[in-house]
Amino acid sequence: MKKQILGFLTLMMVNFLAFSQNATLKGTVRDTLGTPLFNTKILIEGLGKGAVTNDLGQYVLTDIPAGQYTVVFRNLEFKALQKTVVLASSEVKILDVTLSNEKEFEEVLIIGYGTTRTTDMTGSASVIKEEDFLKGNLGSPEQLIMGKAAGVKINTNDGAPGSGSTIRLRGGTSINASNDPLIVVDGVPLDNGGIAGSSNALAMINPDDIASFVILKDASATAIYGSRGANGVILITTKKGTGKEDRLRVNWQSNHSLMSVARYADVLTGDDFRRLVSENGSPAQSDLLGDANTDWQREVFRPAYTVDNNISVTGGIKKLPYRLSYGNRTENGLLRRDLFIRNSLALSLTPKFLDNHLEIEFNNRFAQTANNFANRGALGAAYFDPTQPVLSESDAYGGYFEWLSGSLPNAIAPRNPVGLLNQREDKSRVIRYIGNLKATYKLPFFPDIRATVNLGIDRAQSSGWVATPNTSASGALGIGGLGSYNDYGQNRGNKLFESYLNYNNASKKSKHLVDVTLGWTAQDWFTFSPNLPVYSYDQDTIIVPANPNPFDTRNALLSYFGRAIYTFDNRFVVNASIRRDGSSRFSPQTRWGTFPSAAAAWIITNEKFMEKQKVVNMLKVRAGWGVTGQQDGIGDYAYIGNYYPGALTAQYAFGGQFYSVFRPDGFDANLKWETTSSLNLGVDFGFFNDRINGTIDVYRKDTRDLLAVVPVSAGSNFTNQILTNVGSMRNEGIEITTSFGLIAKKDMRLNLGANATYNRNTVLKLSQIEDPNSPGVLVGGIAGGIGNTIQVHQLGFPTFSYFVYEQLYDANGRPIEVGAANPNGGVYDDTDAFVDRNGDGIINIDDRYIFPQAAPLWFLGLSLDFTYKRWFAGLSMRSELGGYLYNNIHSNNGTFQSVNGPQGFLNNMSTLYFNEEFQTTSERQLLSDHYIERADFLRLDYVNFGYDFGRIKKVKDYVGLRAGITISNVLVITKYQGLDPEINGGIDNNIYPRPRVFTLNLTFNF
Amino acid sequence: MKTFRKSYFLLALIGLSITVAGCKKYLNQTPPYGLNAEALYSDPDNYINVLAKLYSGLSLTGIQGPAGNGDIAGIDEGFSAYVRVLWNLQDLPTDVAVCGWNDVGIPELNRMTWSPENSLVKGMYFRIYYQLTLCNEFIRQSSEDEMTRRGFSDADKQRIRIYRNEARFLRALSYYHALDLFGNIPFITEDDLVGAFQPERITRAELFNYIETELLDIEQRLLSPSPAVYGHATNAAAATLLARLYLNAEVYTGSPRYAEAAEACLRVINSGAFSLNPSYPNNFKADNHTSPETIFPVVYDGQYAQTWGGTTFLICASLGGSIAAADYGVNGKWAGNRVTPMFVDKFPDSTLDSRFLFYREGQQKEITNLGTFTHGYALPKFSNMTSAGFPGSNGGLSAHVDTDFPMFRLADVYLMYAECAARGFADQGQGLTYLNRIRERAYGNPTFNFAALNLQDILDERARELHWECVRRTDLIRFNQFVEGTYLWTFKGGALEGQAASAHLKLYPIPTSDIVLNPNLEQNPGY
Repeated sequence: MKKQILGFLTLMMVNFLAFSQNATLKGTVRDTLGTPLFNTKILIEGLGKGAVTNDLGQYVLTDIPAGQYTVVFRNLEFKALQKTVVLASSEVKILDVTLSNEKEFEEVLIIGYGTTRTTDMTGSASVIKEEDFLKGNLGSPEQLIMGKAAGVKINTNDGAPGSGSTIRLRGGTSINASNDPLIVVDGVPLDNGGIAGSSNALAMINPDDIASFVILKDASATAIYGSRGANGVILITTKKGTGKEDRLRVNWQSNHSLMSVARYADVLTGDDFRRLVSENGSPAQSDLLGDANTDWQREVFRPAYTVDNNISVTGGIKKLPYRLSYGNRTENGLLRRDLFIRNSLALSLTPKFLDNHLEIEFNNRFAQTANNFANRGALGAAYFDPTQPVLSESDAYGGYFEWLSGSLPNAIAPRNPVGLLNQREDKSRVIRYIGNLKATYKLPFFPDIRATVNLGIDRAQSSGWVATPNTSASGALGIGGLGSYNDYGQNRGNKLFESYLNYNNASKKSKHLVDVTLGWTAQDWFTFSPNLPVYSYDQDTIIVPANPNPFDTRNALLSYFGRAIYTFDNRFVVNASIRRDGSSRFSPQTRWGTFPSAAAAWIITNEKFMEKQKVVNMLKVRAGWGVTGQQDGIGDYAYIGNYYPGALTAQYAFGGQFYSVFRPDGFDANLKWETTSSLNLGVDFGFFNDRINGTIDVYRKDTRDLLAVVPVSAGSNFTNQILTNVGSMRNEGIEITTSFGLIAKKDMRLNLGANATYNRNTVLKLSQIEDPNSPGVLVGGIAGGIGNTIQVHQLGFPTFSYFVYEQLYDANGRPIEVGAANPNGGVYDDTDAFVDRNGDGIINIDDRYIFPQAAPLWFLGLSLDFTYKRWFAGLSMRSELGGYLYNNIHSNNGTFQSVNGPQGFLNNMSTLYFNEEFQTTSERQLLSDHYIERADFLRLDYVNFGYDFGRIKKVKDYVGLRAGITISNVLVITKYQGLDPEINGGIDNNIYPRPRVFTLNLTFNF
Repeated sequence: MKTFRKSYFLLALIGLSITVAGCKKYLNQTPPYGLNAEALYSDPDNYINVLAKLYSGLSLTGIQGPAGNGDIAGIDEGFSAYVRVLWNLQDLPTDVAVCGWNDVGIPELNRMTWSPENSLVKGMYFRIYYQLTLCNEFIRQSSEDEMTRRGFSDADKQRIRIYRNEARFLRALSYYHALDLFGNIPFITEDDLVGAFQPERITRAELFNYIETELLDIEQRLLSPSPAVYGHATNAAAATLLARLYLNAEVYTGSPRYAEAAEACLRVINSGAFSLNPSYPNNFKADNHTSPETIFPVVYDGQYAQTWGGTTFLICASLGGSIAAADYGVNGKWAGNRVTPMFVDKFPDSTLDSRFLFYREGQQKEITNLGTFTHGYALPKFSNMTSAGFPGSNGGLSAHVDTDFPMFRLADVYLMYAECAARGFADQGQGLTYLNRIRERAYGNPTFNFAALNLQDILDERARELHWECVRRTDLIRFNQFVEGTYLWTFKGGALEGQAASAHLKLYPIPTSDIVLNPNLEQNPGY
C-alpha cells in the first residue's frame, strides 16, 4: 500500500513537470513462434502506467514523460520480460517484444530429487515441452512424445481404445526383467504394471494435464534412481497454478475425432474363395462351402467417433495458487462395441508458508475409466469363411451362423465374428488415485539448505465382469452348456515416503557452486485379486468354484542416495551420485546393491576465447559413467522355496476320492540385482543464437548378471528353467537431436526438428557355462503349430533374433514346397526346399540359422512447425529402419491347407497365398526365412493446421479461440506385405488396426 | 514465535525421517499363501496332498488344470504331459501311429529325423526329471528320522511309510522310462539337495541295477490291489514294472533276464486280483476305473483332473474327418492321429477281431500326406463314453475326460509271460494258455486261438492288443525291427515308402541344453 501511494505521488509530480510534451510507446507482443499475445500486461515501473494488449498483441501507452524507464511485460503463461527504454519528448517509440514461455526449462531442469540449471547438466536428457507434443487424438500421455526425442522409441501396441504403448529408451537392457523405463509423475514413481480391467496403466493420466517430459537417458543421470534407472527415467511434470494473478483463467479444449480403418487385411472374397476351394479342394471341403459373400472385416469394424473435452481453471486465491482440471474422453473403438470412457479430475495446490520458507506441493489426480471391451476374438474376422452368411436360418446360437458338429457347435472351429461381438459382455471399471504431498523447507538460519519430504500414494482398484449367454455358441460349449458369468477385481497400489536434504550455494554468487543432496526413499507395492467363482449365465449355478487362495503379492524397496554437483566458474561441472537399494525380492544376503555414477561437462562457450565470436552461442561437451540396477518385472518371492496349493481342477484321485495337491516351486536362493553400467559421451551445441541447436550422444550400456529364465541342470531344481542371474548383454548407439529455425521472420516462422537414433543390441553371455554349442533360449511363439518358436536369444546376436530354415527357390524364383511335383521328376523333398546347412543329409532343427533382428537399428523422427500471422500448421513423422518382421499371417493363413476341412470347418486365406500357392503347411515351412520381411517404414503421424482467432470481438471480456484440424496416422510408406509394419516383438498376427483419425480441435481461453 | 514454529517443523521432519529409514524389516516380505517346506511337512495330514502331486505329475501338466501354472517351462504346457509325450515318443516313430499336426517336433518323430532339440524329447526328459526331483524331496522329507523329529504318531508314521514307498515306485517308474528312452543319464537320489549342482552321469546298466534293487525292496511293502486303493501304486504295479525291466534286460544291459520277467508276471497273475475285462473296448472308456484288468492306472477326471494331455489328447486327437465327436463323449475333433496301412494289415480277420476299432468312412488307408487327416485310418480306441453308452462327467460338452490311462494291465502281463515262454524261459503250455485268453477275448470264441508259441505272432499280438499304450517302440527294439530294413512302414526312416534308419535312433538324445549345462553328461552316440 505504501508503495502505491509513493508511486502515485511520483506520478503526480512527473506529470506536473512535463505535461505537454509527453511521449508514446507502442508495439506488438508475440511469443517465440510469432503468435501475437493477447492480454499481456505492460507496466512502466515507477510510473504506475499500464496497458493490456489487444487480440492482435498490440498495445499503446501514451502520455509518458521523457526519461528512462523500465517497462515490464507480463503474461501469465510466459516469463516476464523487462526492457529499459529512453523516451525523448514527443517521441513515438515502437517497442516490439517477444515473450518466451520457457520460463521453467530455460534455466532449470528437473532431475531426480531436485533440479539443476540446464547448463550444469552433465548427463543425457531430452526435454519435451507442451508446444512440441504430438497433436491430434491422443488417449494416453506417452503418445504425446512419440518420435520427438532421440533414443526414445515409443510404439503404440495396437489401435484399441485406451491401448498402451511399449516404451524403450536406448533399447532393452534385460531379457526377463522389465525393459520399461521408470515413470515419475511430480516426484512419484508410478506403478508400471497393468491392472485387470484396464489395458494401459498410463491411460489413467489425462494427457492434457501434462506440462512437460524430461527423459533421463544415461546412467549418470538415472543412477540417482539406482535400481530403478536401468531403462531410463521419464519425469512428467504436470501443470500447476501460477498464483501470479488472482484472476481466474479458464482453458477449455474440445477435440472431436472420427476414426476409420486405415487398411483392411487382403483376403479372398466369397466368390474367389468358392472358386478356389471348388477347383483345388477335396469334395469334403467343397461340401462345407456356403453361398454368401460376406466381408467379415466390414461386419466387425466400423468408423468410430471420439470426443475429448478438457477444462482447466487456474489462478490463485490469496497466496494459494491452484489448478483444477476435469477431462472427459469417450472413445469408441473401431471394433464394434469397443468403448473407453475416462473421467479425470486433477487438483494441484502449491502454497507457500512461513515467509516463503515452506513450499508445499499438493497434487491430486483422480481418474475413473469405464471399459466395454469388444471380444478381441473378432479380430480374426478376416479369416472367417466368406461364403457363410452372418445369420443362419435357424434360431440356434442367437441366430448366428456357426460351424456345427452334430447339433452342437464345433468346439475347435472359429466362432462367428459378429456373434462373438454381440454375444459377450465384458465390462470393467477402474479407478486410480495418484497423489503426493511434498514439502520443501528452507532452513531459517541456513537458507542454503533445503529439506524436502515427499509422501506419495498410487492406488488403483478395478472391478469387472464377463458374461457369455448360454444361447451363444461359446456359452453352449461351456461347462453344462449354461453360459458363464464371472466377476473379477483387483486392487493394487504403492506408497512412497522419502526425504532429502539439499545444500546449494547458488545464492552466494561464488565461482565455486556446490549442490549436494542426501536422502532416502522407501516404497512398497501390493497387488491383490480375489479368486471368484464362475457362475452360469443366469448366475444361479456355480460352474467353476473359486480356488481357495487369492492372488496376493507384495514387495518393498528401501534406498539411500546422495549426489554432489560442483560447478567452477560456469565452465566446468562435475557430478557424482551414489545410491544403495535394498529389495524384498532378494534374500537378506543379496538384497543390497550399490549404484554409483560420475560425470563431467565443459561449457566451452563460457571460456574467454569464445567471447569474441558470434556464431556459436552454446557448446558443451559431456562425459558420464554410471551403474544402474534392475529388479522390476520378476516375481516377488522368486528367491524363496515354497509349496503352493493347486487348483480344484488339478487334483488326483485315490480310491475315487479327490485330493488337492501341494507343489514346490523352483527357486534360486542366490538371486540378486541385474546391473547395467553405461558410458555416455555427448555434445550440446547452439549456433546463431540457437537458430540451429542440438545434441549428439554416443553410448554403450553393458548389462551384467542378467535376470533371465534359463535351463538348469536336469534334476537340480524343482523346475527345468529358472529365473537366475546369468549372462550379459550390450546396447550401444548414437543419438542426434537437432532443431533448425528455417524461417524466423516477424510474421512467419518455420521450425524443423529432427532426431535420429542408432541402437545395436548384442547378447554377450547367456548361460552359467560358456559354450558355443549352446542352443540359446528359444522364444517367440507363433501360430500354426503348438510350440513352434521363431526367435532365439543367442550369443553374439541381438535378442529376439529369428531362428529359421533357409528357403530354397526354383528357377522362377518361387519358393520350393516339400511334396510338390519336381519338374525333373518325383516330388521335392526336404533337402530340395531348405538348405541343409550342416550337410548331414537331413533337415532338422540343426539346420536352422540365426537371422537378425526384430528391433530396428535406426529410428528417426522429424517434425515441422509453421506459423504465418494467425495461421499455424505442423506435421510429425517417424521412421524405423533395419528391423524385420515374421509375417505369421502369411505363413499360417497363406497355404491351401489353412483352409482346413477335416476338422469340420473352413477358413479364409490371405491373398498372399497366390505368391507361392503352397498346398500344405508344415513345421519347417512355418519356420522358413521366406516369411521374414523387412519392416522398414515411414509413418506420417499427423498433419495439422489451424487458425488462432485471438480475442473474439463480440464476446465481452477476454475470450480467445484457437481452432485446428489434425489428421493422424495419415500414411505409412513400407514394403512390408502385412497390414502394419509397426508391431512390437517382431511377430505379425492379427493386430487391432490403428485407425486413421480426423480431429477437430477447439481451444477456448477465458 | 515464528522461529519456534520453524524449528518445530524441522524437528518433526528429522524425527519422521529417522523412524522410517531405520526400519529394515520393511524388506522382509514372504508369500501370504505359500507354505515353506518345514511348515508343510510338519503336518502329517499334508503328506497325501504332496503324494497326490507326485501322481498328478503323470496325469496333469501343472497345478492350474487344464493349463496354466505348468510344471515344465520353455515348451508348450501340453507337450509336458507325461502320458501324451510318452505316447509320442513310443508310438509315433512306429507303424501304429502318425500325426498330422505341424506342432514343433511332431513331424520329426513321424519321420525319425529328431534332433537333441526336439520339443517332445525335451518335454519327456524334463518331465521325467521333474518327477524324480519331486519324488526325491518327498522321500527325503518322509524319512524315519524326519518323522521322528517331527513327533509323528505311529499311525501317521505307518501311513506315511507306505506313501514313501509309493514315491519310490514313482521314481523307479520314471527312471525306467529314462532308461528305456535315453539310456545314460544324470542320476539323483534323495541325498541330492535342491540347488545349483551338476548331477553325476549313470550308465544304462548301472541304472538298471538301481531300478531293480529299488523295486525289489519296495514290492512287498506296497499296498495290495483292491478297488479301495485304485490309483495307488500296489505291489502288483511294482511286479509288472519289474517284468518289463527284465523282459528288455538284454537291450538295456546285454544280458537277458527272461526267467525273472516270467516270475514277476506270475506274482501278478497269481495274486488273483485281476482278470481280463470281457469287452476289450471297455478298457478304454470313461468308466474304465471299474475294469478288473487295470494294474496301474493314470487317473483323469473331466471335472477335477483336467489336462490337455493324457487321455484327453488320446481321444480328441484321434477324432477328425466325418467322425462325430459326440459319439466319443467330447466336444471337438483335433484331427491329428491315425495309423499306417502296415498296422491295419496286422488284422487279417478285420472285423471279427473286437480290437479292430479303425474308423474308415471317408478315410483312405494309404498315407501320402501326413498333414491330411483323411490319409490313414482313424483309430478312436479311447473314448469318453461309458460302457453303458453315456458320456462322461462333462456331458460330452468339453474336451476333458474321465477315461483313465492303463499304464499296466493284465493283458500285457499275459503277453510278457507268453513271450518269456516262447523264448524258453517259462512254461510253454502256460504261456500258450495266457496268449489264447487274449485271442479268445478278442474274437469272442476260441476259433482263432494259436496252436503254438511263435515270437513274431507274439510281437504282432502285442501290436493288436497294446497299440497306443506306449509300448510299441520298446517292443520293436527288442525284436530288432525298429530301425532295421526287415520291416518297413510309411515314413519309417523319413521315406514315404519306408526305409531302414540309423541304429543310433534306438536311443533318444539328451537335450542339448542339459549337455551344455552338465559337463558330467555325454550325448548318446550318433547325435
